Amino acid sequence: MAGKIKSLLALGAVVLTTAALAWAGADAPAQANGAPKPVITKAVKGEQCVEDTDFMRRNHMKLLNHQRDKTVIEGVRTKKHSLKECIECHASEKTGSVAAAKDDFCVSCHSYAAVKIDCFECHSTKPQGPMSMHPLNAETAHYKHKLAARTTSEASAEEMAGVAQ
Amino acid sequence: MSELNSMSNQAPESPERRRFVGAATAAAGLAIAPGVMLYQVAHGRPDDQPASSAVRWGMLVDSTKCATGCNDCVSACSTENGWTPVAESEHPRQAPQWIRKLELEDPLTQRETNLPMMCQHCAEPPCVDVCPTGASFKRADGIVLVNRHTCIGCRYCMMACPYKARSLVHEPLNDTQKPDVPRGMGCVEACTFCVQKVDRGDGNTACAEACTAAGHNALLFGDMNDPESEISRRLRELPTKQVRADLNLNLGVRYHGI
Amino acid sequence: MASITFREVEGSSLKYWLLFGFLGLFVLFGALAWNYMHHYGHVVTGMDNQIVWGLPHVFAVFLIVAASGALNVASIASVFNKPMYKPLAPLSAILALALMLGGLLVLVLDLGRSDRLIVAMTHFNFKSMFTWNVFLYSGFFGLVGVYLWTMLDRSVKSWSKAAGTAAFIWRLILTTGTGSLFGFLIARELYGTAMLAPMFIIMSFAYGLAIYLMVLVAAYAWTGRTLGDAVMTRLKTLLVVFVAAVLYFVVVHHMTNLYFAKYQAVEAFILRDGGLFTTLFWVGQIIIGCVAPLVILLSGLGKQRAWIMIACALVIVGGVAQMYVTIIGAQAFPLDMFPGLTEQSSFFDGEVHGYMPSVPELFLGLGGVAIALLATTFAVKVLRLLPVSLDDATVAKLEH
Repeated sequence: MAGKIKSLLALGAVVLTTAALAWAGADAPAQANGAPKPVITKAVKGEQCVEDTDFMRRNHMKLLNHQRDKTVIEGVRTKKHSLKECIECHASEKTGSVAAAKDDFCVSCHSYAAVKIDCFECHSTKPQGPMSMHPLNAETAHYKHKLAARTTSEASAEEMAGVAQ
Repeated sequence: MSELNSMSNQAPESPERRRFVGAATAAAGLAIAPGVMLYQVAHGRPDDQPASSAVRWGMLVDSTKCATGCNDCVSACSTENGWTPVAESEHPRQAPQWIRKLELEDPLTQRETNLPMMCQHCAEPPCVDVCPTGASFKRADGIVLVNRHTCIGCRYCMMACPYKARSLVHEPLNDTQKPDVPRGMGCVEACTFCVQKVDRGDGNTACAEACTAAGHNALLFGDMNDPESEISRRLRELPTKQVRADLNLNLGVRYHGI
Repeated sequence: MASITFREVEGSSLKYWLLFGFLGLFVLFGALAWNYMHHYGHVVTGMDNQIVWGLPHVFAVFLIVAASGALNVASIASVFNKPMYKPLAPLSAILALALMLGGLLVLVLDLGRSDRLIVAMTHFNFKSMFTWNVFLYSGFFGLVGVYLWTMLDRSVKSWSKAAGTAAFIWRLILTTGTGSLFGFLIARELYGTAMLAPMFIIMSFAYGLAIYLMVLVAAYAWTGRTLGDAVMTRLKTLLVVFVAAVLYFVVVHHMTNLYFAKYQAVEAFILRDGGLFTTLFWVGQIIIGCVAPLVILLSGLGKQRAWIMIACALVIVGGVAQMYVTIIGAQAFPLDMFPGLTEQSSFFDGEVHGYMPSVPELFLGLGGVAIALLATTFAVKVLRLLPVSLDDATVAKLEH
């Protein structure tokens, strides 16, 4: 039932958006390039997102919705799909936030797609700790150490394979 | 790396050596196993495990040790969970208070009692019963929480709570929330037994930590289901009461000295 | 049985549009008030963490209770087979729908997250009286809508009694649900009693009928149609019974509480020491809402239409006072967590909680009233709800 309503709502949103875009396009010929494209800044931390970029672009909301219920109701606190970890990596270097300025990671795309989110009415838009973006910050240092450890172990596995051959 | 390479270049290990390694591992395992269990008790469950109903978090408040005028538990809660202390709030009348100090006095005997009052984490929580959307819920480990994703701010839970433990966020918070503690205007909130700390494996709440740090030791947090836990031991020794025990809500917070 | 002609009101006069515009203005004010409250949060209201339900709830619950009561006239016609009430039934049904709409809008727009209404419609906790009410309210719209259809469309007229009976039973359950919103609360002394469900039902009879009478008289006076004394006398007598029953329930409720030591403090608060609440109880609820209307209606004054209207207005004012005392008075009295001890804290424990309603709250509530009246005003223009004449001769013919 809820799924049906959601898909109906989604359909409605698509129709309305298309209509609105068509209308806006017809009305403002001066803006030939349409709305300004979103600024997608590369995550400050890490090399690769927890899933493929294409997958994330289409499905991040499903992952977040699923994770939020697991976390809030059951107390499962895995980091992989948690909003807090998204913010850890994607907070802008300038504002330290994912939603403070219009070019920040979440806001930039969402205002382009005209999809209103209410995540940040309750969630902090900033990573833990005021200086967490600083490379010497304990949090970041900890994270880098972890990343480094992972890279090393992967590399060593390859080398091991090479040795075996 | 070079070490690994050099090892692989070595001759195959002798059977004796293998047996020795096996036995040593087993012995180490035996020696470590209780340690691992202790570690899990002390450091909570792994991230991917849901909260378990085998645990029931609870708190013992020893009001005989709760100091007059001391507000350390309240300040600690406010710092940990990011709510503005009432004294600093622009709208003190409407400011949320997750925990507050109560001063009681018997008008007959003038006996004074101090104690902190917060969500009592009932086993039969009236707020959960009345919540229309199921946003008010009790987690498997006994912690009563508000799911802010489904809270519509109807405040029926506040009408139902016999302890006035809940607050509505009356004004915008402007991104002042803690990353671990989401809060938002129009939603109801209350003490969470520092669920973020519990899940992290701290095994303690900010208020209890602050009380201990101040040397009062009036607050003790722990698993009431584990007969070996400190809180269970103390609850066996001390006479305790539940506030409004007549309602038979089976509270997670027990008071001594009231 | 003589047939009755129903006709839409013309609704083209300046007076009609003035009324329409006047009500529309209050709907607009209500919308602005909501927008203001929604934008700044409940910090701009008089509500706080002690008085969590304020003036909007007073209006909302009053309108919802009155809505189910307004249906009574129709129920008497179809369920109890009183032909005289048949011509009065369509207005009764539309008024019930309109009042319900107004009440629900106020209730919903006062939510902390009124933008999340869809959540309330998709997530249910069936142990909650609120959830039950969501279904009771939606069902009410459906059943009364069908009932109205059977009254307006001759082809489905034979279903009228069945639909009317269903709507009648539903409205009784609905008001039980509304009363139980408070009846099912353990925390506060004045709630947590089965008394509230039947008491709310009888209150709905009185408030709904008083509103119905005022709307009926206004509609006939302003459209120049004839409304005979026969109808007025019948409805007036009915109102007397309902108001007397309300008084009876209120007395029994408080007398019972007074007998129990644990309720004596809260009873003393409402009946003697509560300041505004005590005044509202005695002057508003008892004198204005019950005693004065009874005196007017039972004395010779009750023969004059103007006095009947005054009595109806008093019942409505008394009803709002009653809701204020029931909803806000009960919250103003501090929770007794430690019986026998005095309490003090930064969270106003142990002291009577003050409440000063803010302007947006008032306008949100009035907006609900306005939208109910606006919907009725519009409905009588587009639907054949009102008989062309309700003079004594026409009505007398129905009885035979």
